[in-house]
This record gives sequence, C-alpha cells and structure tokens, in this order.
Amino acid sequence: MFLDINKSRPKQFGILFLIFFILYFFIPHNESSWLWRLPPLLKDIPLMINNLLDNLMFNWFKIQVWDPDWEMYEEKTLFRQITRGIASGVLFFIIFIREIFLGGVQTISSITGDGLIKAFNWIYLPALPWTAVVIGAFIIGYKLQGIYLGIVASLGFLYVSIFGQWEPTMETLSLVLFTAPVCFILGLGLGIWGFFSRRVEATLQPILNVMQTMPHFSYLVPIIVLFGVGDHAGAIATIIFATPPMVRLTILGLKKIPPDVVESGLMSGCNKFQLLFRVLIPTARRDILIGVNQVIMQCLAMTTIAAFIGAKGLGFNLKVALNSLKIGKAAEIGICVVIIAVVLDKLSLAWANKQKNYFSNLSFIQKNKPLFSFIIFTFICGIIAYFSSFYFAKGFNYLYIIPFDKGLTISPYLDSFVDWIWETFFYYLNTFNVFLLTSVLGPMKQAYLNMPVVSTLFLVTGAGYIIGGLRSALVVFSLIVFIALSEYWDRALITLYMATFAVGVSAIMGITVGSLCAQNDFTTRSILSICDFFQTFPSFIYLIPVILLFGITDTSVMIAAIVYASVPATRYTVEGLLSVPPSLHDAGSMSGVSKIQRWTNIELPLAFPHMMLGINQTVIFALFMIVLGALIGTEDLGQIIMGCLSRPNGAGIGLTLGIFISFICLAVDNLIRTWADERKKMLGIN
Amino acid sequence: MNISQNNNSQPVIKCDSVYKIFGSNAKKLLDQSEGIVDSQKFQEAGCIVGVNDASFEVNKGEMLVVMGLSGSGKSTLLRCVSRLTEATSGKIFIDGEDLLAMNSKRLIELRRNKMGMVFQSFALLPHKTVLENIAFPLQIKGSSTHESIKKALEMVELVGLKGRENYFPRELSGGQQQRVGIARSLAVEPDIWFLDEPFSALDPLIRKEMQDEFLRLQDVLNKTIMFVTHDFDEALRLADRIAIMKDGIIEQLDTPDNIVLNPATEYVRKFTEDVPREKVLRIDSIMDPYDPNISSSINIANNAIIETVAEKILHSKESITVIDNKNNPIGSLNPSKVIKILFGDKI
Repeated sequence: MFLDINKSRPKQFGILFLIFFILYFFIPHNESSWLWRLPPLLKDIPLMINNLLDNLMFNWFKIQVWDPDWEMYEEKTLFRQITRGIASGVLFFIIFIREIFLGGVQTISSITGDGLIKAFNWIYLPALPWTAVVIGAFIIGYKLQGIYLGIVASLGFLYVSIFGQWEPTMETLSLVLFTAPVCFILGLGLGIWGFFSRRVEATLQPILNVMQTMPHFSYLVPIIVLFGVGDHAGAIATIIFATPPMVRLTILGLKKIPPDVVESGLMSGCNKFQLLFRVLIPTARRDILIGVNQVIMQCLAMTTIAAFIGAKGLGFNLKVALNSLKIGKAAEIGICVVIIAVVLDKLSLAWANKQKNYFSNLSFIQKNKPLFSFIIFTFICGIIAYFSSFYFAKGFNYLYIIPFDKGLTISPYLDSFVDWIWETFFYYLNTFNVFLLTSVLGPMKQAYLNMPVVSTLFLVTGAGYIIGGLRSALVVFSLIVFIALSEYWDRALITLYMATFAVGVSAIMGITVGSLCAQNDFTTRSILSICDFFQTFPSFIYLIPVILLFGITDTSVMIAAIVYASVPATRYTVEGLLSVPPSLHDAGSMSGVSKIQRWTNIELPLAFPHMMLGINQTVIFALFMIVLGALIGTEDLGQIIMGCLSRPNGAGIGLTLGIFISFICLAVDNLIRTWADERKKMLGIN
Repeated sequence: MNISQNNNSQPVIKCDSVYKIFGSNAKKLLDQSEGIVDSQKFQEAGCIVGVNDASFEVNKGEMLVVMGLSGSGKSTLLRCVSRLTEATSGKIFIDGEDLLAMNSKRLIELRRNKMGMVFQSFALLPHKTVLENIAFPLQIKGSSTHESIKKALEMVELVGLKGRENYFPRELSGGQQQRVGIARSLAVEPDIWFLDEPFSALDPLIRKEMQDEFLRLQDVLNKTIMFVTHDFDEALRLADRIAIMKDGIIEQLDTPDNIVLNPATEYVRKFTEDVPREKVLRIDSIMDPYDPNISSSINIANNAIIETVAEKILHSKESITVIDNKNNPIGSLNPSKVIKILFGDKI
C-alpha cells in the first residue's frame, strides 16, 4: 500500500493529514510547552523598526540647516529634511490641482510668499465652475470614444455636484490626479529598468509581492512617522499601494514583444533610445495603458484608506459617516465613489483602446478643437457663474460651486429604507447571524485556536514539500515560522480562520457561478462585465451594505470578504473555461459526452490551473477585506493594525503585522503557483 | 576603410569560418577545439551549436538562398551576418569592412544606410499605419517627415499596396503585411537585403504570388541578397546559388542546377530526389559541347528551363543547337537526353 506513495499525491496528502490530526489531538494544551506555542523570540522586531525610524528621523546624519524665521543654523537630520522636502513638494502639487477645481490662495502664497496675499486680499485663484467641469468631462469622453461615453462621464459629475458632494469629490479627484501620474512614471521607469536588467527584476519581484499583499493599514503609521499627517501622507500611501501593478504590467508588456519586432527596430538602425521610445514602449502600449487604468482604480480605492492619515475627500466623509453609523449618508457618499470610479475607469480604458491618427491632415485648430471648445465653454460658464453671483447674492452661488451637503440628498430615504429592512427582516437576519456565529464561526475559531503550533507548521511545510519539493517546503516553513515566533500567533490564527472560511465559501461560489455562466455566450459576457463592475468598487464600499444588514459583527466582515473575494474566483473560472481549445470541445462532443461529463472530464482539468490562480487572488482579496473589517470590529491581526494608528510607537507593530499578513499571502501564493505551473507544464498550456 | 569600395571583384558579403555557439562557456570550448566542432560533444558540455564553420561569399547583385530545416542554423547564420547576434568566432566582411570590429555607432550607420531585413512574422509595429511603418527606418535615420512620407508612398506603390496607406497592420492579410515588411526594408534603398523566411507564414497560393512579385522586384532593383528558407522548391525557384545547411554546417553551396545534378552529400540528395528535374534544370546544364557538324533547323536558348522547351525538342528527331542570348551557338542537345530527364532515373 505504501509502495507507490512517491507517485500518488492524494495518498501523500492523506498521510500528511493523518499525522497532522495525531499531532493536533495528542499534543497537550500547555502554554509553556514549545510544542503548543513557540516562544516569542522575535517580539523585539517592532521595537527595532521603531528605533530605526526614530534614529533616522531624530539622531542619525545630522546637518546644519539655515532657519529663515529664527535667522540661525539649526541641527536637523538629513533624513528628516528629505522626507519633509518630499512632503511639502507633494502637498504643493495636490493643493495646486485642488485649487483649480475649488479655488483658493495657498498655491499663490506658496509661490510668492505670504506677503503678497496679505497686501492684496483680493488675490484668489478662482475655481472652475462645476458646470465647466461637467462639460469638460463630456468633451473628454466624446473625444476618447464618442457621444455615449461623453454623456456617462458628464452625468457622473452632474450627479456628484447636485447631490452636494462636489467639494469632497474634487478633493479626492485632486489626490487621484496627482498620484496617478506619479505612479505611472515611477512604475514605467522601474518596469523598463526591470526589463533591461535581470538582476533588477529579481530584486523588484519580492518587493512588489510584499507591497501588493501587505494590508494598506500597516504602512500608514510608518508614513505618519516619516511624512506627517495630511493629504501628502495619503498621497504617499496611495503611491506605495498603486505603483506595483504598473511595474508588473510594464515588464509583462515589454516581455511580450516578439523578438522579431525588436530585431526589425535594430535593423532599421535604432539606437538605444529610439528602440525604447519608438519601438518597445509603443508596441507594449496596450499593456502599459491597462496598467494606467489599474493605477487609477487603485489610487481611487486607496483614497478612502488614506483618509485615516488625514487625506481629505470622499474617503474622509465616508469614514466619519461609517463611524457614526449614518448608513444613509455613507451609502450616498459610497455611490459618489463608485460613480467617480466608473467614470475614471471608462475614460482610461477608452484612452487605452484609442488609436492615434498621426497623418490626418488637420489644421492646428481642428486638431485641438476639444481643448478650444473647453476653454470657450469654461469662459461662458465663468461668466454665468459671475452673473449668478448677483442672483444668489444672499446665499450660495449654485452655478459656481455647490457647497458640501447643500445639494439634493437621498440619505433620509436611504435611512428609512434601512429602517424598513431592519424592521421587516430583523428576525431572519438575526437568526442567520446568530446561527452563523454560534454554530459555524465560533466552533471553527476555537478549532483553529486549539491547534498546536507544531502541527500547524507540520501541515504547511508538508504541503510545501509534497507540492514543490524541498525548496517550497523551506520557503513556506520560514514564512510561517516567522509569524509563529512572534507574540501574535493567536491573532494570526484568528485571521487564518476567517480567511479559510471566506476563501472556502468564495471559491465554491465563484467556481459554481463561473462554471454555470461559462456555458453560453450571453451569460459569459454578462458575468464578466458584472465582475468588471464589482472590481471598480473600492474595497471600502463593500462594508456599507453588510453593516446595514448584519450590524457590527464578524458575520458582516465575513460576508463582505466573501462577496469581495468571489469576484476573482468567478472571473478566473470563466477565463479558465474559455481558454479550453474549441477543438477539444468538438472532440468531446464527437465522443458523445454529456454536459456534466464535458465539465468534469474536459473543461475542469484543463481550466484548473488558471482557476487556482483565481483562488490565489481570492486569498489576497479575502485577507484584505478581513483586515479592513477591523474597522467594524474583529479581533484578529487587523484589529491591532488598526489600533496602531492611534498608538504612539505604533509604526513597528503595524509594519510587522502587515508583513505577517503579507507572509501568509506569499506562502499560499508559493504553494498555488508552484502547483499551477507544474500542472500547466504537464498539460502543455502556457 | 582601407580597401577600395569600387573594387568590383570584391564580394559584398564575405564570411570566413564563422561559428555561433550558444552557451555560457562557448568561447572557451571553441578555442580548445581548434576549429573542429562536434555538436554532440558541445551539447554534453551545455552548449548548442548554431553555426559551424561557415565560409562563403555573396557577390554584388547575387541572391544566395540559405536553405535548411528548422534548427539547422540558417536563421542564426543570417543573424550573424546582420549582427543581430554576435558570432562566437570568425570574420565577416561587408564590402570589405570588418563587421565584427565595428562599434555600435558604425553598426547603426551601416544598418540605416546599407542593410534592409524582412522577417518571417512580418514584425510590423502594431501602433503604426502601413505608411508609418514603411517610413519608420527613414524617420529613425533622421529624414524629415515630408521626405520620408514621400519615399514611403513610392514604396507603397512599388509593392502594390496603394490605397491601403492608412491601414493598421492588424487590418491587413498576411500577404499584405509582408508586402509592408518588404517595403519597409527597401525604404532606405539598402545595397544588402536580408530576408528571413519571408514567405513561410503565408498560404501556398499567396506564397507563389509573393515569390513572383519578389522576382519582379529583384529584376528591377538588383540587390545583393541573403534569403533564408526551409522550402527547397522556393530555394530552387529564386536562387542564384543555394547553401544547404544541416546542424549548423553548410553541406553544399552551389547553383540550383549543380545541386540537383550533383548532390554533394546523402542529406542533400534526399532533398533533390523528388524534385522534378525538368522544372528546375536549364538547357545549358545538360547540353553537350557545341559540335559544328550538327546542323539543326531548330535553335533553343541556353537558359530555358527544360520543361518549357521539351515538346519542341522531342518533336525533333536529331540533335538541336543551343544558342546563347547573342544567338551564338554554344552547344548541342540530343532529344534522348531530354527523354532521360523526363522519364529516366539518373542522367
């Protein structure tokens, strides 16, 4: 029976689980035993991080800096000067963009100094009237794709303005309009560098992995320490979060270029720069522009989280509304975030798909018609706004800027809708809630917490060994043992239990829905666009309806995580099934398979590697949402990470715990990817 | 440039014992082997032999077709001569100038002015229209937009794509895309034209059409050409001389006639076996020396393909006089020889 164990994976896993359960049940629950819990040997890591940051900011590399106010030299650390310099630079640009939309004096005063503003108090950078922005959105949409997109874009902005969310939306937009180009340039530059140098790529890859899997909250505190609190800190957090996909897509796009195209460039006599800017980048244009789209969406998703470190905008208002449980208000703001997300998504995708017409014989005016018409319309809107200021002399000038909360509102209706749902469905929802908590989640949590550390480590390392040999076993073991050696193992187990549950349910849902929908063209297209739509939502938004339905419990977090994480599972399932070659379908049909047989014998085995990559994404998405769920109260790692925001010296703990979560993701990633690659190689799919 | 350029006897391309071996310690192994490379041994040492001791010359206006199956090193050889890959050892001269000793500036200059290349997968820039793709090498060279577009329009006409200037590559058929590739490679009016399996990705009918088109172009342009193909029939149709490669070694380098009549190795013979000789051979490759005693009422041209004149010859009972393009008699031919070619096994 044990002879063919080298060949049979299921048997290997069977034995693995057998030993795991033996360890699970026979290792005594004893706090002082190393078999039960490892000693927290690494508990000083947060402290070390804190000390490092502290020394960098206040002790090391001191230089003399001239202070114009005190008119004397002061001793400051170089590092602090650099971070403060970056901070003020970033802040200047954000405020500059913001004042284009909303008006203000800060840009002028930071260029000329305070004196000028004080001397002439009429100096003021006027805002673009919202009417002009709406028309601008229409023109851009029209120019990029056509009348339909123009209408969608302008309606989006129109909604935002008449519902009184103009100011926070423009604040958010100014953040996005600053961070997205920065991410683009950074990502493109790093991507190109990584493409040309194998060593750089090898260095970038793990850094990107950690950056993309670390929950955003965990690096908020270090950013506060380094850069302070405010819009610039939010922008920097956003840049850290949104750059990795750009780097990845740039490298991917450049690598996809056929060698023949590069050779044709060389044979045309391109030098290095011509090759890069006239052959490589334009050929990889589509992937790079999809990267831009990703960057914009990530930036928008991050603005809400950036609100925690002082970034203004929709995110900040959303956070306040959620904290005070004004669900109607929160939903209203949420709708604005979604609208802006959809508009920016559609605009940037249209831009990505647009082909330039170089040789159409147009005059300068014809070529720049959209720009000129925008200027003309802005001028007209400005005049209207000027005259309407006499009409609205007493109150707010509604044709200039609709102030916050002074527009229409639907929040009372939403609130009463919420009340109605509560009154009507409370009993059922509550029963479900209690059932889930006491009969499923509670016992599961206890089972995880009762797991001796040795058995856990044995399980993951064994899985690593079976799947990827010694190398994977070592990688997975060191990632997990790192967490086990900290003080937070129990918390990590809670995170793990929530993740397991959420991923399990999401995977089943995703694979079922995906498989069903992939059966015909219409449902395939529908489900893919539904996935697209859900993916444009910033993660935060998912919390609003679940709180509405289930209040502040683990159930809410679970459901948000399940919904959020089902999206990649579904999408990858559909994509995987679609990638099955049609000739195999035909071959199957000619062998007389039934639908079920086709699914189990042909589609599933071939699509499985790709579907597993979807599960990989599901794990990351679920963990993200679970950490985010700490906002509404859970007791896992996320809760401590959130807590760090308000703790002195929280930077070290926050960062360490963030790395823990990232390590969990990376361990799962390693296992799934190794396995999927092996399967793909076996099946001969690329 | 110490060698005078206008020396007509000087070959345009000259390769001298060119080796290309892939692998990290290729150079060292090659130095040790003293020029005698056994690909089996090299493979055991972790190296793959691409080109093994290739020496040949291509003269001005001549078309050398490099023929071999996949993995025979034919494309690698072409890439060594265009220096898209660096040869591991050996000498390559372009118009007498040492290619491998050029710095990158000189190499770029050479490619901008003297070389053009056509690729198997067309390798068009997807973001540029037909016109822009063709104008690309000119713009890279620094020509003004007006000038390069004007030249590109000429090229569009030359390859018969008029009316499709503003199409994107993805909107064209394979044959049309390759026409763009050809036009692009010719835009800078290069002296040397490299073609890497240009018609292999096309359907048979289109391929035939493109070969005719190519011969027409070469008739007008008279470039020095290195043409790579895996299709023996194509090689026979197009070549002035054919180099047949196997495992990186040039097995035989000769005119199509000679290759068909006298295959040098067993490998080459296998290719020639199924070739209908009457469709390949020209009269002068089978004629006897001129015998003034034979007088015949029928004359045939020395460069006619046998098949095209076979009927005429077979109608005649006695030997026929072969004449060259100046109508001088240069040989005679007995119909029995033609019968042998048509129906016999061997000559």
